[in-house]
Amino acid sequence: MRTVFKTSYDADIDYFRHGMHAFWYLALLLIMIVLPFLMSPFAIGEVTNVLIWSIAGMGIMLLVGQTGQASLGHAAFLAVGCYANVLLQNAGLPFILSFPLAGVIAGLAGVALAIPTTRLHGIYLAIATLAVSILADDLIVVAEPLTGGINGLLAPTIEIFGLPFDRYGTPGRFYWLVLLVTVLVVLAYRNIQRSPLGRSFAAVRDSEISAQAMGVNIARTKAVAFGLSTAITGLAGALMGHFAGIFNNETFTIIISIQLLLMIVIGGLGSIHGAFFGAIIVALLPQTISTLRDGLGDILGTTIRVPGMESAAFGAILILFILFEPMGIYGRWIKIRTYFQLFPFYRKDMFRRQKSYLKTERMR
Amino acid sequence: MSPLLEFRDVTLRFGGVVAVNKVSFSVEEGEVFALVGPNGAGKSTVFNLISRFYEPAEGEIIFAGEDLLRHPPHDIARLGIARTFQNIELFEQATVLQNLLVGRHRHRKTRAWSEVLFTPAAREEERRHREAVEKVIDFLDLQAYREKYIAGLPYGVRKVVEMGRALAIEPRLLLLDEPASGLSVEETQDVAFWVEDIKKQMGVTVLMVEHDMHLVSAVSDRVLALADGKTLALGTPHEVQNHPKVIEAYIGVADESEKVLA
Ligand SMILES: Nc1ncnc2c1ncn2[C@@H]1O[C@H](COP(=O)(O)OP(=O)(O)O)[C@@H](O)[C@H]1O
Ligand SMILES: [Mg+2]
Repeated sequence: MRTVFKTSYDADIDYFRHGMHAFWYLALLLIMIVLPFLMSPFAIGEVTNVLIWSIAGMGIMLLVGQTGQASLGHAAFLAVGCYANVLLQNAGLPFILSFPLAGVIAGLAGVALAIPTTRLHGIYLAIATLAVSILADDLIVVAEPLTGGINGLLAPTIEIFGLPFDRYGTPGRFYWLVLLVTVLVVLAYRNIQRSPLGRSFAAVRDSEISAQAMGVNIARTKAVAFGLSTAITGLAGALMGHFAGIFNNETFTIIISIQLLLMIVIGGLGSIHGAFFGAIIVALLPQTISTLRDGLGDILGTTIRVPGMESAAFGAILILFILFEPMGIYGRWIKIRTYFQLFPFYRKDMFRRQKSYLKTERMR
Repeated sequence: MSPLLEFRDVTLRFGGVVAVNKVSFSVEEGEVFALVGPNGAGKSTVFNLISRFYEPAEGEIIFAGEDLLRHPPHDIARLGIARTFQNIELFEQATVLQNLLVGRHRHRKTRAWSEVLFTPAAREEERRHREAVEKVIDFLDLQAYREKYIAGLPYGVRKVVEMGRALAIEPRLLLLDEPASGLSVEETQDVAFWVEDIKKQMGVTVLMVEHDMHLVSAVSDRVLALADGKTLALGTPHEVQNHPKVIEAYIGVADESEKVLA
C-alpha cells in the first residue's frame, strides 16, 4: 500500500497525487497521441467514436453522477450542439468559433431547461427531461427550413487555419482534434471536481437540506450543473455530427438519451473513468455483436438476423450491472485495486453501504 | 448590548400540532445556551426555524440585528450561523475532507468560470480553504479519517465530522442538535471539551440541544426548557433542573411511558 506524505496543500489540489500516478496517465496520453500511426483508419474511426461518446458521457455524468439530477433528455442537447455548430459553419463561421459557440448555445438551452425544472426530483425530473428529448425530435422535423427536417443536414468539412479535418479524408487528424477536445473536457471536469463548484454539486446530490445549511443556493447550483453538463454534451453533439457526416432527427432520438444514461450507470456513476468505461461498451457493442454474429453464422453456415439484438444485449448488460455491480465498471476496478493494495487484509464488506435514515425523518 | 440571537413570540404549527408556541428567548454573544425538554418538545424545530427551513406563523427571529425571516435558507451560513443535525446529515458519497470543504462555501469568492479554468486566483483560494479545514481537522483529531468516505464511517466519527463541517464555516453562532446522543462516555467527554474550546478559544456562541444533563450542566451558561412547544423555564442549569414545571414535565413523560408499559 502506498502512503502519500503531503508536503503542502498543493499536493491535495494538483491533478495527480504522486509521480507514478502522473506517469501512468501521461503514458496513456502518449499512446493515444501516436495511435493513428499504429492503427488502421477504420480502427481509428472506432476509437474516435469512443472518445466522442466519452465526452457526451462526461457531460451527462456531471449532471447525473456529480449533482444527482436525473436526465433522460440529453440527446436533445447533442442535437442542439450538432445543429448549432453546422448551421453556424454554414453561415460562414470558422469551426474554431462555431464549435465553442455550439457548446455555449447548448449550455444556455440547458440553463433554460433547468430554471423551470429545478424543483423536480427523481422520477419527475426524469419525465420532464424525457419530454424535452421527444420535443427536440419533433422540433427538428418541424423546423425543416433550418434543420432540413427528416432529410437531415450535411456536416461541412472542418477547416482550421486552412487544414482540413475530415473523418474519412484525414481520419488521423480528425481523431487528434477529438482527442484534444476530450483532454480539455477531462481537465475542465477535474477542475470542477477540485473546486468549490464541484463540491457544491456533490452537496446537492447527497443532501439538499444540509447543502442549504452550508450556504449552497440549490436552484442556482442545479442551473449551473445543467448548463455545464449540456454545454459539454453539445460539444460532443457537434463532433458527432461531423463523425456521422449526415444527420437528422433520428440521429438524436430518445433511445440515444436512454443510452447515454445507461452508459454512465454501467461505467460507474460519479467518476470520469466511469464515462470512459461506459463509452467503450456503448460504442463498441454494435461492433462486437456483429462480429460475434458473423462468427457464429460462419460456424453454423447461415446468416443470423435478429432484429433488436443490440438493444436486447444492452438491456441485458444493464440489468446484470444493476443486480451485481451497482457501482459500475469503475467500482469493480476500484475493488480489484483495493484488493491488491491491501492484500491479504481485504474484507468483503468493505464497500457495503451503511443504513441511512428515511428522508422524512432526517431533520427532526 | 443587544443579544446575538433573539426569538420574539415565535409560533409554528404543523397542521394541528403547535410545534413551537409563542417562544421567546435571547442568546448573548459568547455564551453556551442549551435547549432541553422531552422528545417532541420542539427543540429541533427551533433549529429548523433558524435555518429557515420552516416559515413561522407568527413572531420574529433576529440575528445580530438582522431580520432572519427576510433571508432564504442559503443565506443563513453566510450570515454566520452553522449547524449540525440530530440525525446526521453529511454528504455520504464524499470524503471527510470534501465534507469539511463544503463548509467553506460561505467563504467562496471565486466564480464558476474561474474554477472551471482553475485560474491562479482559484488555486490561491483553494489553498486558503484547505488551510482553514486542516485547522479544524487538527482541532477535532480527524487526521485518520480525512480521505475516508462518510458512507463507511462509524456513527461517533460522523458526529464529529458534522461538527467539523459546521466549524469550517467559521460561524459566530453554532447550533448543535444533540451533539452527544448515541456517543460513549469518553466521546461525550470529548464533546464537552470541544464545546468549551469553541466558546473560549474560538469565541463562538453555542446554542445546543442536549438530553445529557451532565453535559448540559458542565458546559452551558444558561438553559431554556421547552415542553409541547412552550417555554417552561429559563435560567442556570441548576435553576432549570430544579424548576417545579420542569420536574413535572419530565415526570409526566415518565408517567406516560409507564402507562404505555403497563
Ligand atoms: N416536518 C414536520 N412535519 C410535521 N410535524 C413535525 C415536523 N417536524 C416536527 N414535527 C412535530 O413537531 C413537534 C416537535 O418536534 P421536534 O422539534 O422534532 O422535537 P424535539 O424537541 O424532540 O427536537 C413534534 O410533535 C413533531 O412530531
Ligand atoms: Mg430533536
